[in-house]
Amino acid sequence: MNVMDTRSTSALLYLDAVHVSFDGFHAINNLSLALEPGEMRAIIGPNGAGKTTMMDIITGKTKPDEGTVLFDGKTDLTRLDETRIAELGIGRKFQKPTVFESQSVEDNLLLALNVDHSVKGTLFWRGSRGEAEQIDKVLETVRLKDVRRKLAGSLSHGQKQWLEIGMLLAQDPKLLLVDEPVAGMTDVETHQTAELLKEINKDHTVMVVEHDMTFVRELGVKVTCLHEGTVLAEGTIDQVSSNDRVIEVYLGR
Amino acid sequence: MMPHMLTRSLDRAATIFVLVVAACGILIPLSNLLLPAGSALQVPTYLVALWGKYVCYAILALSIDLIWGYCGILSLGHGAFFALGGYAMGMYLMRQIGTRGVYGNPILPDFMVFLNYSKLPWYWYGFDMFWFAALMVLVVPGLLAFCFGWLAFRSRVTGVYLSIITQAMTYALLLAFFRNDFGFGGNNGLTDFKDILGFNVQAEGTRAALFALSCLSLILAFLICRAVVSSKLGKVLIAIRDAESRTRFLGYRVESYKLFVFTLSACMAGVAGALYVPQVGIINPSEFAPGNSIEAVIWVAVGGRGTLVGAALGAVVVNYAKTFFTSGVLAPYWLFMLGALFVLVTLLLPKGIIGTFNSWWDQFTSKTPNADSAAREDGVTEPKMAE
Repeated sequence: MNVMDTRSTSALLYLDAVHVSFDGFHAINNLSLALEPGEMRAIIGPNGAGKTTMMDIITGKTKPDEGTVLFDGKTDLTRLDETRIAELGIGRKFQKPTVFESQSVEDNLLLALNVDHSVKGTLFWRGSRGEAEQIDKVLETVRLKDVRRKLAGSLSHGQKQWLEIGMLLAQDPKLLLVDEPVAGMTDVETHQTAELLKEINKDHTVMVVEHDMTFVRELGVKVTCLHEGTVLAEGTIDQVSSNDRVIEVYLGR
Repeated sequence: MMPHMLTRSLDRAATIFVLVVAACGILIPLSNLLLPAGSALQVPTYLVALWGKYVCYAILALSIDLIWGYCGILSLGHGAFFALGGYAMGMYLMRQIGTRGVYGNPILPDFMVFLNYSKLPWYWYGFDMFWFAALMVLVVPGLLAFCFGWLAFRSRVTGVYLSIITQAMTYALLLAFFRNDFGFGGNNGLTDFKDILGFNVQAEGTRAALFALSCLSLILAFLICRAVVSSKLGKVLIAIRDAESRTRFLGYRVESYKLFVFTLSACMAGVAGALYVPQVGIINPSEFAPGNSIEAVIWVAVGGRGTLVGAALGAVVVNYAKTFFTSGVLAPYWLFMLGALFVLVTLLLPKGIIGTFNSWWDQFTSKTPNADSAAREDGVTEPKMAE
């Protein structure tokens, strides 16, 4: 691990000149981005803009060819694996809702709790009141209290998305990466999800990747538009959506 | 084992299973020894040995179910750990023969005299002591599984690729043990055993005791498996089985979990092999045959993957069928029947006997299946068959 003596940046997450190519395809091209602590950032961009690849790099699933990814101003994430990065406090929600389908909603959250994750720790684990309270609190927040004993696999699509967000909350990371949280949701659910993310943003730094512009508008946060693996525009949703190059990319001229 | 782990792991199905195995372990040897031969209730000695073999297979099946049913690791080479445990026990039994061998050499087993060994190979040292052999029964399969697993899991070898390399592992061992200069009796393996801990292995009393000991080991292995799968670690294993990378992103070191459960499973398979050898009276390289390992996986599939009780039941049912069908006119067709059994179970009973029974029971007791009833019945719900 590359730990420097002092923080080189105030940003919680700092990507500098990151580059990744897969068999000659430049998925991420000189990407630089900084996320301040406590911020919520929306990432938009057309298909293939590199949004998911960027999350893969941050969470250690993909190693960049070049560039630095600093977390908390001192830890170089490019040298660590997924488990270590998760332990540092970066949680991730996948594009396709990924929950443990054959286990109950409660158990999904129990597994996500930020407690001892060692083999020994889980083998001799005994539930505690604190853990139970934490699970109750998360169930309340993501509105899944009534289905807590149901199998996660039997939930509706929207409920699964929320369960996964709930798992992120239980994990209590410093930074939440949320990939397309409202894909396949109804308008009401989309609205509720926006409210939920705003609530979460009160004590967590959040990065949301989303296609749904109404949703992004509702979040009302700073927007970064990616295109061909690099930052095309950054600013409020109005600034970004009136940007000529963004319009060009989206309409595809 | 901590008390809370024991109480948590003993649900109704598990309690019934333990009681049934315990009853068999006590009643069958007693009936064999105490009742007069020929009496209707007397279990003949050959049946005691035969059922003892089934019990050993049941332990092997449990060890496979622990990794396959709960963690999604399909090992097609678990027969190797079974055979290694068997060889460790066989080496002890060979050293016990002493001067009673054909060549009467006090140190060297017969096959070594025959092959002109001048002295005992270093890796045979210590096997004249039971405690050492018993330790090796656990250590050798455990160590191999640890090294193999460390390399495979760290490199993230999963699914069918892992199955293929486990198959290659057992095949490589098969070839190695076939060699005369490998020092384990080559083709003929180890046999002509005389004593175990001073008791004649052929004697009725010893056979009955070995049977009881096998049942006790089955119960212990089952309780260990139950304790593991009903702990939080068990939930993590199922999480790895169902969504490995999700588990990683939650901060679990997946390879450590796999390594732990794979090594534990190999040790259990080794114990099964060690109990098997004195009861069948021989261990030879054919135990490493890839087909044996695949057959053991079929037992688990038939009984019900991810249920533990099902694995043990599957081992007994399939082997009983094997004994029944291979001793009659149908003998040449057994392998076809085994193949057909696997195809039919996969198509018609994808959850196996116990898994199907469980979901039937759930439907019968409650209209809406929820995790509660499933968790009460068997600790987990039925895993997907597709692997």
